[in-house]
Amino acid sequence: MNSTAVATLDQAQEMGLRPEEFDKIKEILGRTPNYLELSVYGVMWSEHCSYKNSIVWLKKLPKKGPHMLVEAGEENAGLVDIGDGLACCFKIESHNHPSAVEPYQGAATGVGGINRDIFTMGARPIAQLNSLRFGKPTEDRTKWLVKGVSKGIGDYGNAFGIPIVGGEVYFDECYHQNPLVNAFSAGIVEVGKEISATSSGVGNPVFIVGSATGKDGIHGASFASKDLDEDSSEDIPSVQVGDPFQEKLLLEATMELATTDAVIGMQDMGAAGITCSSCEMSASGEHGMDIWLDKVPLRQNMEPWEILLSESQERMLIVVEKGKEQKVLDIFDKWDLECEEIGVVTQGGTVNYYWDGELVGSLPAESAVLGGGAPVYHREWSEPAYYQEYKKFHISTVEEPADLKAVATKMVALPNIASKRFIYEQYDSMVGTRNMGTNDPSDAGVVNIKGTDKALAMSVDCNSRFVNADPEVGCAMAVSEAARNITCSGGIPSAVTNCLNFGNPYNPEVYWQFVGSIKGMSAACEKFETPVTGGNVSFYNQTQIGDKIEPVFPTPTIGMIGVVEDKKFITTLSYKTKGDLIFMIGANREDISSSQYLVNIHGITNSSTPHFDLEEEYANQRQVQMLIREGVLNSAHDLSEGGLWVGLLEKGFASGLGFDITLPAEFRKDAVLFGEAASRILVTVSEENKDKFIDLMMLNGCDFDLMGHVTKGGIRVDDEDWGSVSDYQEIYDNALGAILSA
Amino acid sequence: MKFGVITFPGSNCDQDMIYVLGTIMGHETVNLWHKDTDLQGVDCVVLPGGFSYGDYLRSGAIAKMSPIMGSVVEFANNGGYVLGVCNGFQILTESGLLPGALRHNDSHKFICKNVFIKPVSKSAGISADLDHTRGYKIPIAHGEGNYYCSQETLAELKANDQILFQYSTAEGEVGPAVNPNGAIENIAGVSNAAKNVFGMMPHPERAADAELKNEDGLELFKSMIAHMVVA
Repeated sequence: MNSTAVATLDQAQEMGLRPEEFDKIKEILGRTPNYLELSVYGVMWSEHCSYKNSIVWLKKLPKKGPHMLVEAGEENAGLVDIGDGLACCFKIESHNHPSAVEPYQGAATGVGGINRDIFTMGARPIAQLNSLRFGKPTEDRTKWLVKGVSKGIGDYGNAFGIPIVGGEVYFDECYHQNPLVNAFSAGIVEVGKEISATSSGVGNPVFIVGSATGKDGIHGASFASKDLDEDSSEDIPSVQVGDPFQEKLLLEATMELATTDAVIGMQDMGAAGITCSSCEMSASGEHGMDIWLDKVPLRQNMEPWEILLSESQERMLIVVEKGKEQKVLDIFDKWDLECEEIGVVTQGGTVNYYWDGELVGSLPAESAVLGGGAPVYHREWSEPAYYQEYKKFHISTVEEPADLKAVATKMVALPNIASKRFIYEQYDSMVGTRNMGTNDPSDAGVVNIKGTDKALAMSVDCNSRFVNADPEVGCAMAVSEAARNITCSGGIPSAVTNCLNFGNPYNPEVYWQFVGSIKGMSAACEKFETPVTGGNVSFYNQTQIGDKIEPVFPTPTIGMIGVVEDKKFITTLSYKTKGDLIFMIGANREDISSSQYLVNIHGITNSSTPHFDLEEEYANQRQVQMLIREGVLNSAHDLSEGGLWVGLLEKGFASGLGFDITLPAEFRKDAVLFGEAASRILVTVSEENKDKFIDLMMLNGCDFDLMGHVTKGGIRVDDEDWGSVSDYQEIYDNALGAILSA
Repeated sequence: MKFGVITFPGSNCDQDMIYVLGTIMGHETVNLWHKDTDLQGVDCVVLPGGFSYGDYLRSGAIAKMSPIMGSVVEFANNGGYVLGVCNGFQILTESGLLPGALRHNDSHKFICKNVFIKPVSKSAGISADLDHTRGYKIPIAHGEGNYYCSQETLAELKANDQILFQYSTAEGEVGPAVNPNGAIENIAGVSNAAKNVFGMMPHPERAADAELKNEDGLELFKSMIAHMVVA
């Protein structure tokens, strides 16, 4: 394709643009764009870069919080003040479509991209999380995807050298064709030392640094912005190829660069490569830029438009203060990385692209970017019929099994409940010697901030079955679960990043799920005072095969960080001492809606969300935060998939100790054991702290119940012998690996 | 005691090692750069874990050609103390400073978890002062940690008391069930015949901080330092 040939409507549509968008481009330029210019708009106005179908609603999310230094959308990632002159920079991003067709590279480059977002801001990444979703684990496709994705995440993250301190893996057939791969990274930067993605100072040179540019990833942003179908494997060339070694060198060079005074602005090249970084930095700094594409270091012969669109990984664009070029060149030379001057900052807001001195493309930067000229759409939505249908479910239609102990054993082996160590043992979770959960885990990942009294707690959560049943309630529950994990670990929830994985936004029922999720997220984030600092939206997570369209469950993954103000507050999940009392904070309920028990044991998938009340949730968490600070808890663990039964066992797996409990007589036992009503936390209290604990519980009127006590290893339920923790541990540890390696 | 921790391109445990030796244990510790040849008068050179040169070609195969490795080989041959952990161990076998080689784990997967290792050698500094009847909890994190050597070499290692550690249970029992990577005779670390060069796959620096609730690794460093003889 000739870069300067006049573009056509057909070409625009091939790039995913709509006819009215093509007209708008002609109007902006006052002429028909050439192929290169059209390519720029094609990627910049793709869903992936422009957020055109989501931005109206994203703007409604709470942005302000007491600790926010940088709000959503202002930079590559949000920035939260954590005290001691330090800020935490964190973000989550999806790499779903690439992982669906090329799981190894798709997942690896997802890890690379999210970390680059963090260190581009001058923050050194210190911990990663991920949220993965696949189809049924018994399917060959799932085994192939799990193997590729986990190896991709491991190989990239292990070499890059940032520990993975937590995460979640879900299996459900709705993700069979379209898995979700969401990667989270958090970094630390001294307040005031952060680097902006901006540009200013006419005459300042523009450098490209890192890897040479190749043909990988061209049109990656467009590929991410359409449905998957039977021909999607032909889009494999749109998947980038990662090189963690280059990324590690780029990280170290960037950290050195951040200590100099030479940098005006820096942006990483993820989606849409040089196009996106040159346009966004220029628009942000209200300047223009001349870019000489022939100066870009290449791996192979490429057309100008290909150079612009390449999504080759491990590259950055840097605007350097004129006269300080040598400082930058020296640093990149030390780390054996390419560093080439490819342009200059100009007056006005026009970005000009040159090839051998000839102008091959020119456009106003602002016209291409989100918040500027990129289209903004209000989409329609409609409530799907299933929503009311699901609400009709009642527990009375489900017969209580006669042999609960047999069911309890089956529960431990369910893929969504069994240990995920088969996957996560492939990840380096300890490099950096900051992971405080290695030898004594908490509900959230807890990361040491060396040299301070503080630690950071972080968690990614989303029970997408709940969100599907009721997007508004389910998404508020996802926020609450993330907060609960942080609370149980001894932290105070601080801020949220989100990864909004949905189907096609042009489907009104999908859009209804999206809008409901945003409303639920807003309500919960307001309540917890955890502003949404950024993240990403991934639409088109659906597969069309023949006439059948299969969207994934709406999956608004919540990544949350919290500050543990003093390491002495860190609370872990395991039982500590035989004889400790086991209390549940929150109420027992006769509620099995959307539980793993109902779905997997009874095969019933059409039920609504289990009990959830935001005020109750908040009150229970405040109570636990207070109990931790009063020093009366020996452990805390939130109840989620598998309910009370699995929560009790997990506390045992981490310690080898068991439990002896009595179930409340007024409810069905299966509901009490396996139901997943929200807002419940299992804590243990030593005999001597019992009175103080009860006094403190009476202050605020939260529900609580004495369930039983910790034993040496045996399990007793209502005075019946249910075996020992080690019996279940064997099943729990090995069930998933056995399925996935079969 | 003065330590020098080398940073190769792709090293990622260098700062962790410096934190333990310098901040936690209070020894003077300098960071050495792979392109330099001056060892700055250190008493012990440490080759840290990571993925030097991306582990491309073969783990440690490119790093052994770094300018600083010439100085390290000379230093070791003159009796200087050298410790290699994980990728550092791989570089030492590639350099010929330690016998044997590290192959891919028999599972063909990267493995990161806590394991137990039993001290074997009573004459090598790093294991001499430890309790030889139990396992020490030290994490591993590697894809190529499957130690291999010829039968002749193995016999020499045994005859010279050069086997530093074997993968074991917490109680110190050695067997195939607790071999995480397929290493010959569960070997987790070895020394050279002169007992001044040590290499091990497990990461003692990851088990040396009270804040992380495992200080077993600190015992290894203490033993090594107690037996170092410096002019």
